[in-house]
Amino acid sequence: MANNHSEHHITPLSTYLKVAGALFILTFLTIGFHSIRQYLGPLAPIIAFLIAGVKAFLVLAWFMHLKYDRPSNRIIFASGFFFLLLLFLISVMDIYSRIQVNSVL
Amino acid sequence: MSTSRIIDGVPVQEHYRDVDHQFVSAKEGIWLFMVTEILMFGGLFVGYAIYHMKYPEMFAEGARFLDWRLGFVNTLVLIFSSFTMALGIYFCQMNQMKKAVWALAVTVLCGAIFMVIKYFEYTHKFHMGIFPGNMLNLPFLNEHLASIGEKPVVSSNLGLYFGFYFCMSGLHGIHVLLGMGLITWCLFRCARGDFKPNYYTAVEGVGIFWHIVDLIWIFLFPLLYLVG
Repeated sequence: MANNHSEHHITPLSTYLKVAGALFILTFLTIGFHSIRQYLGPLAPIIAFLIAGVKAFLVLAWFMHLKYDRPSNRIIFASGFFFLLLLFLISVMDIYSRIQVNSVL
Repeated sequence: MSTSRIIDGVPVQEHYRDVDHQFVSAKEGIWLFMVTEILMFGGLFVGYAIYHMKYPEMFAEGARFLDWRLGFVNTLVLIFSSFTMALGIYFCQMNQMKKAVWALAVTVLCGAIFMVIKYFEYTHKFHMGIFPGNMLNLPFLNEHLASIGEKPVVSSNLGLYFGFYFCMSGLHGIHVLLGMGLITWCLFRCARGDFKPNYYTAVEGVGIFWHIVDLIWIFLFPLLYLVG
């Protein structure tokens, strides 16, 4: 490489091919589990989102180069998910702690 | 004009120390932008999750109007486009600009295929009277279902489901269109010879944006098409 700076990590082509292959296989796996969802019951959505989570990790780590990026960018991105979790938790706590008022004067 | 100086053949703004400093700062800005994207879509995801918990039967009724095969094909198309986008950056790093232009062109093409499939999905729903929120025409939809021998929709608030469906997939679609435009811009700059192995900041930034569009679809696909 003409320019071998630490900030310009070059992922080998074979790695990209492997990651893309894994993403395709996981997508087919999602559909595989979807076709037997009546046997999985409440597990079906959990499996679907677990697979989506693994796919997201692959995209983030290799395609978006976070694996070789500075820790600061990883922390910045993770902070987004932290605040998303806060939004979800506080909203759910609000909605499911409301007392139903049915009486009319 | 802002003052910049040339370091290693790259124009570097005067507030940056060197080429790397400029590249790293630009990328950090893109990651901050990505956080706002996650929060924007995240709000919609949280809303979807809460209303899904409140009206599970209505969401199940709505999901039956989506064809998972189209969502599945679109997932494959977007994953492939993410792969070619990553290749575009790889070829820029390797100073193979012709190949980079091709990789970017295939990425734009995949985006276009995605949008064409989305167009067919949307128009099919419009023909059945399915619109977001209050605009959903339930009597018209049930008439149509009766004419093709399917059971009618019971939930009177089906428009809520399609409010989420159209907002989430529509906002995602807008991102795909914007991404296609940005990649085309990179493609022209690449063909013009703007980029070098030590200077491809625009491709890297647009690439991160395109991957986040793919990332959001990775979660939208099971959410809208499979779980319902």
